[in-house]
Amino acid sequence: MSSYGHDHENHEHPHESLTDSGEPAAAARVRALVDLLVEKGVVESQDVREQIDWLVSRSPGDGARLVARAWVDPEFKQRLLADARAAALELGLDPGPSPVVVALENTETVHHMVVCTLCSCYPRALLGPPPDWYKDFPYRSRAVADPRGVLDEFGVHLDEGVELRVVDSTADIRYLVIPRRPAGTEALREEELAALVTRDSMIGVSIPAPSPIAA
Amino acid sequence: MRYRPGQEVRVAARPHVGHHRTPAYLKGKTGTVMRVHPSFLNPESRANGKDGLPKQPLYFVSFQQSDIWPEYRGDPADRLYVDVFEHWLDDAG
Repeated sequence: MSSYGHDHENHEHPHESLTDSGEPAAAARVRALVDLLVEKGVVESQDVREQIDWLVSRSPGDGARLVARAWVDPEFKQRLLADARAAALELGLDPGPSPVVVALENTETVHHMVVCTLCSCYPRALLGPPPDWYKDFPYRSRAVADPRGVLDEFGVHLDEGVELRVVDSTADIRYLVIPRRPAGTEALREEELAALVTRDSMIGVSIPAPSPIAA
Repeated sequence: MRYRPGQEVRVAARPHVGHHRTPAYLKGKTGTVMRVHPSFLNPESRANGKDGLPKQPLYFVSFQQSDIWPEYRGDPADRLYVDVFEHWLDDAG
């Protein structure tokens, strides 16, 4: 969803050089910040390394396991809806540092999608690092003001009469969408179902297909 | 905690200098408390190097999209759910 392209004739604002051998400006800023925090004794560089290692080791496969279990086990689904953190622990999954994780169930009549307009709050422990578009301004602004337009661009067309609920995660709670189980998957085992549950479907901007290979 | 599920609340319209977690688009808007979350350290205090105490109750508040965006093109039933700290809420209704 990159939309920053513009005409390169007759404009005067400076661009970051693409040819410098140095690190990107954002990386340099982060490095300066880390150096300062370490110097002031707020964190140790090893803490930063461990946090990065933890973050990149997370994957949407964990969230998919929660969803697939909820699809096959109605009692588990109720526990997931009541307390997603406890439900994740029940499956041996790491729900992350947020004290409250909330699962939002999509139904025939309600569709949820999640955004963080203020920054990039995201259930990283269960979904892995967020996609770049989730952190970019176009999604963050349009997901609240024109969510149906955004869904349209993701190829999601809600049926008539479906209520769209956009959840803006502005604080300490992390939200995860439980997409609807696709029709025609009655014969699939739980592991096969988990393979259908994509990252984007747990953000609420896609619908799981009935088979892992798109038709 | 001051509010319970089902209560109507209005988001304070006051400006705020510095970090806070109340989106500008909500200021002055009226919604309904859907759930009461636990209380959390106040992010405005923490952003200034303070301890964030006292903790602030956090509410899951639902708003009608058409109340927030006059030009909203979507279903009239569409809603926006946002977590709002108690000190940003006033009674409405």
